[in-house]
Amino acid sequence: MVRVTLPYHLQNLARTGPEVQVAVAVAAPVTAASILDALEAAYPMLRGTIREHGGGPRRAYLRFFACGEDISHQPLDAPLPAAVAAGEQPFMVVGAIAGG
Amino acid sequence: MSKVRVLVGTQKGAFVLNSDGKRKQWKVDGPFFGGLPIYHVKASPVNPDRIYASQTDDWFGQVVQRSDDGGKTWQPINNEFTYASKPGQHQWYDGTPHPWEFKRVWHFEPDPVDAETVYAGVEDAALFKSTDGGQSWNELANLRDHESGSQWMPGAGGLCLHTILIDPSNPQRLYVAISAAGAFRSDDGGTSWKPITKGLQSNFLPQPDAEIGHCVHRIALHPSRPETLFMQKHWDVMRSDNAGEQWREISGNLPSDFGFVVDVHAHDPETVYVLPIKSDSEHYPPEGKLRVYRSRGDGEWQALTQGLPQQDCYVNVLRDAMSVDKLDPCGIYFGTTGGQVYASADEGDSWEAIVRDLPAVKSVEVQTLE
Repeated sequence: MVRVTLPYHLQNLARTGPEVQVAVAVAAPVTAASILDALEAAYPMLRGTIREHGGGPRRAYLRFFACGEDISHQPLDAPLPAAVAAGEQPFMVVGAIAGG
Repeated sequence: MSKVRVLVGTQKGAFVLNSDGKRKQWKVDGPFFGGLPIYHVKASPVNPDRIYASQTDDWFGQVVQRSDDGGKTWQPINNEFTYASKPGQHQWYDGTPHPWEFKRVWHFEPDPVDAETVYAGVEDAALFKSTDGGQSWNELANLRDHESGSQWMPGAGGLCLHTILIDPSNPQRLYVAISAAGAFRSDDGGTSWKPITKGLQSNFLPQPDAEIGHCVHRIALHPSRPETLFMQKHWDVMRSDNAGEQWREISGNLPSDFGFVVDVHAHDPETVYVLPIKSDSEHYPPEGKLRVYRSRGDGEWQALTQGLPQQDCYVNVLRDAMSVDKLDPCGIYFGTTGGQVYASADEGDSWEAIVRDLPAVKSVEVQTLE
């Protein structure tokens, strides 16, 4: 299982806690895209809120972090660190700090 | 005994206000979706427990919330608004071409006959329709594909379709208003559209009487006389008695004919309400006095001030933030960017803040419940 942390408003929308676990297909490398596919399958109300509908690009005001690195600008289909794939570290969806 | 429910969208959540028919004591529920901008909340006139809310922000995009129990609980429903035809380009603020991009839902208009049908007006301007209670959305694309589309340009709030009116005597007749493209009418359920702007004058246009480009802020009609339309434009209050074929100005003695809201008395199609704002550069009431103006169709506007602040008031009242109930006497309601929702239970003669310290109010809709 892959761990995903969600920002506050998406926790409310999906009615989860700060972190969820989703099953990602093990046959392929774990990527941001495969995690988001699994996340949106488990929580359909999140479709369109993290990336555009239909597997589109990351929304501009969100960032993706993993293992202490900002991976927002990596391709969505780039393999993620093994620690994320193993569930040792979360894939973090973070709202950009841009005022309130 | 009748009851009244007021649905309030604010910059930081939605609120539901309930009262009995006396309209003196109010129970405030909320915030729902706290911390998030709620552009509009509106209920089905057929099924009053069915309510739609547009939750939208730059971080998480568009979410559509629906309640089926009168606003007690909410569920997110389909939030995918895909333009049905290849999005073209409209004008940007400087007149250069700019690609059409979906940003948010400004307004929901539930159908007056079918509880499962609801329209959504969106930015960048387009009209969507759902016939399954918002589980899926399909664009009525011939509006956006109108030959004038490349001339449409955003108002200060964006290129938004913010007004949807359905003729209750003929559901095939729809009106929409777009800032800043103007107003359009369809007589075939949204299959084809024609601009209805004859008589409008906008001095920010190179040709003030152009067919396209007017910044229409709001249109209202009375269900008993649906061919009579009242419009609050960027400047000017206008009236048409032939379904928008021709407009004439009725600004008369208003202290300013700039404003956003306009609405019609529930029982008298000649009585109309506006709330003047000083100017397009200064979005607050003239002289710091919050005044609703009422016309009884005689060309004169009467200032309604009792209970409203008459000094040092610098709030705005946005285009979707006035509504009326159907009780007798008719109740009038409006919300301000200062967070007050004011109500009058006597046709506007006197006012009271039924809630005072909400976040900035974006929309106010009223339900009269049996």
